[in-house]
Amino acid sequence: MKVSYFPGCTLKNKAKDLDMYAYKSAEVLGVTLEEIENWQCCGGVFTTANDEVATKLSSIRALKYAGDKEQPLVTVCSACHNVIKQTNHAMQTNSAFADKVNRYMAADGSYKGETEVYHYLEMLRDLVGFDVIKEKVVNTLKGKKIAAYYGCLLLRPNKVMRMDDPENPTIMEDLIKSLGADAVVYAKRNECCGGYISLESPDAAKKNSIAIIENAKVNGAQMIITACPLCKYNLEKCGADIPVVYFTELLAEALGVKEDTNA
Amino acid sequence: MHNNKYLRDEIIRISGADVSKCMRCGKCSATCPAYDEMEYHPHQFVNMVECGDIEPLLNSESLYKCLSCFACIDRCPRGVQPAKVVEAVRLTAIRKQGANHITADDIPAVVDADTPQQLLVSAFRKYTK
Ligand code: SF4
Ligand code: SF4
Repeated sequence: MKVSYFPGCTLKNKAKDLDMYAYKSAEVLGVTLEEIENWQCCGGVFTTANDEVATKLSSIRALKYAGDKEQPLVTVCSACHNVIKQTNHAMQTNSAFADKVNRYMAADGSYKGETEVYHYLEMLRDLVGFDVIKEKVVNTLKGKKIAAYYGCLLLRPNKVMRMDDPENPTIMEDLIKSLGADAVVYAKRNECCGGYISLESPDAAKKNSIAIIENAKVNGAQMIITACPLCKYNLEKCGADIPVVYFTELLAEALGVKEDTNA
Repeated sequence: MHNNKYLRDEIIRISGADVSKCMRCGKCSATCPAYDEMEYHPHQFVNMVECGDIEPLLNSESLYKCLSCFACIDRCPRGVQPAKVVEAVRLTAIRKQGANHITADDIPAVVDADTPQQLLVSAFRKYTK
């Protein structure tokens, strides 16, 4: 299976592991990620205002590119996924907005929100299947207690994202279990780490992030997994004493395609 | 209090939020992860916009404390979408010429070796025009 892939700016720089292990794991699972040509940064956060058009065009170009190839669009960064999915939803539901966009991009042909958008986790669940992943595991993670950190952007706003139950999600826990490990469920897994507030008020981000780490640890977590580079940064900067890793790295380890950097 | 009807209508229009549906339950503020940092809380944004009392919001640092976590959108029992109201007020403030909340010159002092690009693009998307 071939899909269009939107990596995003951070995955080509500070979050190279998130990207590299996404590619390697997908290959094992029979999915080829075809990187969108000339993709542009999504902007990091969705602008909810109806009259903002220019800030959403990079997402629409990526969506249209995938649509023209008749492929679903897959993202792995929580933030890119959130921006692109909310933008696609606006194209589907807000005809005045869609009309403005299509006038702006008239030279490229029209787009109405036809492309299907999947987060990599949804690709694993809906296009590959956790049962298939389970069969491909060569290094079982049995005995490890792993906590999934969802944060905000994968789940909210739920009316648009539709990934999972926003207050009681299971998609990342199901992945953890399919890799043989124990999934630690804790209350703060869908509360905000502080996001971009860490630029101006690092202490505010720290307060949120410490509460998340402590809550995971009290419930027995030995490791936290995330899909978001900014969540990883905030959770690590608050002084976490358990590892915070990208879910793709964990997947690659279980599938036997993680490079042994200690060798 | 000054009732600025034009600004009120404009903010309601660009946000797409129906502030008149608010029943003042305060759930949005109770769930807001930036509550402690804010002078005006999400339910106050909703109420003050409804009343046209917008100048104090335009001049408040609270505009830059919202994390776009969308918790208030999902947890409001009336579907008011407070985050969209906060965003519309913030855009009204920063769309004014020279009113950007940060500049590129502010960045070198606040980045470290691990700062992800996502942090910078997100801050510029939210704080500048
Ligand atoms: S979106 Fe903003 S106002 Fe709403 S709960 Fe999150 S931080 Fe608070
Ligand atoms: S949660 Fe909704 S109804 Fe309750 S105060 Fe906030 S905006 Fe109003």
